Amino acid sequence: MFAKGIAPRRVVVTGMGIACPLGLGVENVWKRLVAGESGIAAIQSFDTKDLPAKIAGQVPAGTRETGGLDLSEWIPVKDQKKMDRFIQLAIVAATEAVEDSGWKPGEDDEEGRCATGVMIGSGIGGLPTIYEASVQVFQGKAKRLSPFFIPSALINLASGHVSIKFGFKGPNHSAVTACATGVHALGDAARLIALGDADVMVAGGAEAAVSEIGMAGFCASRALSTGYNGTPQQASRPWDEGRDGFVMGEGAGVLVLEELEHAKKRGAKIYAEVIGYGMSGDAYHITAPSETGDGAYRSMKAALRSANLTPGDVQYVNAHGTSTPLGDDLELGAVERLWGGDARGLAMSSTKSAIGHLLGAAGAVEGIFSVLAIRDGVAPPTLNLETASKDSPIDRVAKVAQERPIRVALSNSFGFGGTNASIVFGAAP
Amino acid sequence: MSETAEKVKKIVVEHLGVEEAKVTEDASFIDDLGADSLDTVELVMAFEEAFGVEIPDDAAEKITTVKDAIAYIESQKAA
Repeated sequence: MFAKGIAPRRVVVTGMGIACPLGLGVENVWKRLVAGESGIAAIQSFDTKDLPAKIAGQVPAGTRETGGLDLSEWIPVKDQKKMDRFIQLAIVAATEAVEDSGWKPGEDDEEGRCATGVMIGSGIGGLPTIYEASVQVFQGKAKRLSPFFIPSALINLASGHVSIKFGFKGPNHSAVTACATGVHALGDAARLIALGDADVMVAGGAEAAVSEIGMAGFCASRALSTGYNGTPQQASRPWDEGRDGFVMGEGAGVLVLEELEHAKKRGAKIYAEVIGYGMSGDAYHITAPSETGDGAYRSMKAALRSANLTPGDVQYVNAHGTSTPLGDDLELGAVERLWGGDARGLAMSSTKSAIGHLLGAAGAVEGIFSVLAIRDGVAPPTLNLETASKDSPIDRVAKVAQERPIRVALSNSFGFGGTNASIVFGAAP
Repeated sequence: MSETAEKVKKIVVEHLGVEEAKVTEDASFIDDLGADSLDTVELVMAFEEAFGVEIPDDAAEKITTVKDAIAYIESQKAA
């Protein structure tokens, strides 16, 4: 399994890109997040009259200059129809990340291209595209289906399109683990670099399931907030006693992960280091988290073990914290149990309070926020946390961002099926 | 230019996102207009829709240029 001469290698973050409900552009989104702004609003893109949940976090329209999305700035019009929105958002975030990293091996650098891979996942993939095709088939127009239907809906086509756009010929892969996708993509991609399969990986997650069928599906599983349709910005309220479900969000987060020496040799800007990664399974229920929070506990424990750290070494946790009645306090309990006496002094916030739950993109976007928390020494806030349903010695950064020295940050993502993943970032070496 | 030719060219411009001037009658979809095999499948479907004709796969395979498309559609309409 190990290539000759390859000992596990160190992996750093050298580029980042975001498209999310707070807009486009890493610095723009981070500034708005730290300022306590919310990207949640009433859904305007389709009629919600038959849906109990009528709000979501959607990527705002605008221009790259103003931090909004105008697809024609990123993807030729004729190609847009060949891909579902989740792929379009992946391309937007990946383009920013690659440009930010400065790593663009040209046609004359075959070696560089072959050492660069892509691992962008999605929880659900091209749901709206599948819906539209289903309607067409139902109407007896099976023969009129677009030849682009399948490649538009397939999850790994996000990685496919990004590899084609930039000529990256290394490992081409996709994680698909529901709401844990983003962290699995980052962690698995980092391991590919550590083990020598690639020197650079463009990794992350993308999701665009804010559609009638996506909303209806999550409504049916009773997962979404329905009590704040009139005050959308108050709907996502992790740990607050008034929480009643998560708010759907769409977007993409992509990071350029790179082998440390490779990054140093080309003088790349290094944001942070990926220092730990852990996973676990609940083996309990298809949608509910295990009653004891044991899966979350073991996932974080495994991540810290791989980082050779103890809980007290971590200053910030970006929680999964989706604002569901059950999940939030289970995760909190798991963190308290693992941190023990070190829980006091730990900051933990849920940035889903500002952007909603980006499902398969969540872990990647929140990974970027964790990296920036280290870079700037700022814990972003948990909006709408007025009265916690459970007391805790952990500071959940209620409503207002906090300046804190943060050298190590851990980010959690848990998904349907009982899949858990945690990733640990450390300050740039 | 016949009505059919005009309509065919318009469809090609829309679907392949190319300049109108490039869509000459001799232009090949793949060699001159940047289409791939999936683009040509979609193009043929667009012709079927626009002209209310059926283009079977074996006939579609032989339609590689703008001229081929015009000729096939006109022959079907005449029949």
